[in-house]
Amino acid sequence: MLSWRLAKEKVMSGVMFFITCASLLLVVAMGIGLCLRSSPILSEISLWDILSANEWKPAKNQFGFFPFIMGTVCVTGISIVLALPVSLFTALFLTEYSHSQVRKFVYPVLDILAALPSVIYGVWGTLIVVPWISGWLAPRFVSEYTSGYTVLAAGTVLAIMILPLLVSMFVEIFSTVPGEMREAAYALGSTRWQLSRRVVMKKSLPGIFATVVLAVSRALGETIAVLMVCGNLPQVPRSLFDACYPLPALIANNYGEMMSMPLYEAALMLAAAILFIVVLLFNLLSRIILKRVED
Amino acid sequence: MPLFQKLSDLKNEDFASPWANDGKSRLYTENLSLSIHGNRILKNISVELPCNKITCIVGPSGCGKSTLLKTFNRLIDMTEGVKISGNVFLGNENIVKAGFDDLTEIRRRIGLVPQRPCPLPMSIYGNIAYGCKIHGVRKRRELNRIVVKYLNEVGLWNEVKNRLRSPAVGLSIGQQQRLCLARSLAVEPEYILADEATSALDPQSSKIVEDLFVRLKEKYSIVMVTHTLHQAMRIADYVIFIYMGEIIETGTADEVFHHPKHELTKNYLSGVFS
Repeated sequence: MLSWRLAKEKVMSGVMFFITCASLLLVVAMGIGLCLRSSPILSEISLWDILSANEWKPAKNQFGFFPFIMGTVCVTGISIVLALPVSLFTALFLTEYSHSQVRKFVYPVLDILAALPSVIYGVWGTLIVVPWISGWLAPRFVSEYTSGYTVLAAGTVLAIMILPLLVSMFVEIFSTVPGEMREAAYALGSTRWQLSRRVVMKKSLPGIFATVVLAVSRALGETIAVLMVCGNLPQVPRSLFDACYPLPALIANNYGEMMSMPLYEAALMLAAAILFIVVLLFNLLSRIILKRVED
Repeated sequence: MPLFQKLSDLKNEDFASPWANDGKSRLYTENLSLSIHGNRILKNISVELPCNKITCIVGPSGCGKSTLLKTFNRLIDMTEGVKISGNVFLGNENIVKAGFDDLTEIRRRIGLVPQRPCPLPMSIYGNIAYGCKIHGVRKRRELNRIVVKYLNEVGLWNEVKNRLRSPAVGLSIGQQQRLCLARSLAVEPEYILADEATSALDPQSSKIVEDLFVRLKEKYSIVMVTHTLHQAMRIADYVIFIYMGEIIETGTADEVFHHPKHELTKNYLSGVFS
């Protein structure tokens, strides 16, 4: 009876170890797979030429990633610039100003917002943000007509998508500031804003940075919602009201249509590999900073 | 003074205070009761905390000592479900009825030395200057003088004068507690509340802080919650004994420690309960 019990223990620990290793290996396998599938294009065109070229004409074997990289950078940059102050102030309000009843109501709402499928944000962007930009905002700043499917629309939708993630993480980080520190600042006569700015945010600075890095990695990879509102034109955006074409949208739109062109698949796999590596690096960086904060 | 004078070369000089305190405002309570989520923690407390004396609040664990202390500067507001009735006065200001705007000034007038030293996330200099900055003192020269004066006051100047810009968390625990005391003194309070301020310190640091309190009572009124009866006997001028949220006995240290009137006080002092 005893040996059967011990045997089960050994088998179960072995099975769980195998499953854990398999899921970790999956990430490695995906990375290797992407690198292998993108190698044909790298053997013909140098990586620097691909990254720096402007022309995207697969039929002529021209695979310039520069407009897509700039599209990704612009959309991600705009989303962070829009979402960061809003999420910081929301998190400060929730942790330093609001009553516990407000927090009890807002936290579940944030969880729901974070769990909404990105296609819903995309639809919302198409119905609300795009017409608002083309009909109201753009005419006030640019003379020529814009459809509304712009880098600004993509950045705005993405900002709203990453907002719940940012707020939740900021709330968590601000909550780690010791109560004694708040008491010490209040006891000197601090207002809540002075406490928030000079103590809470200052103490949380590494955590804020780590959260932003994590949000950037999330924003970099976001596909569907961005694809629905960005305009999908392979050009380097010159203003907020230009269309753009980020890397994830490029892959999602074209994979499956490239069977007839030999290097097309390799080019898309290279785009995926670049995204994979960048997101991996950003995640790692964020985790290293957060670990330091915890220590 | 040259514009870029080295901070460590600064001298401890007398200078005009940015605040007009006469230091003689009385701190007292009238029928103060407090409950948290319906549990009565303080019951009908009426007591006056004498000026320029060390008042020790003693009593067994959970009797409401720290709660009473936190009511004096309304830090008890940070606890949820608190209801206060009665009055706490600092001079003419009713602390219980004060709005948030008045509270920031009241808290400046009542300093706090915490149980565990808690430097703010800034430099040694920044910690001392913080209180002054939030109350509108902006001139660098004035801030420099305040930092030097109060680091000297707590005997920390010679130990830290060459690393004023280093993070305050790099100091030893004893030094951190003296820094917290200097930080409280820098906004020139009238009363200093100390919530078991030596309980986290080693005996030597504890002795330094105790001696500081004795020296500082000439200028400030000190209210100290302590668990250590021996400490209270060493430094208290006035003693408040609390049991189950009620004041059982108050009086001079000699009266309470050597001639207690109440049976509960006698039992507490003889160690029947603690």
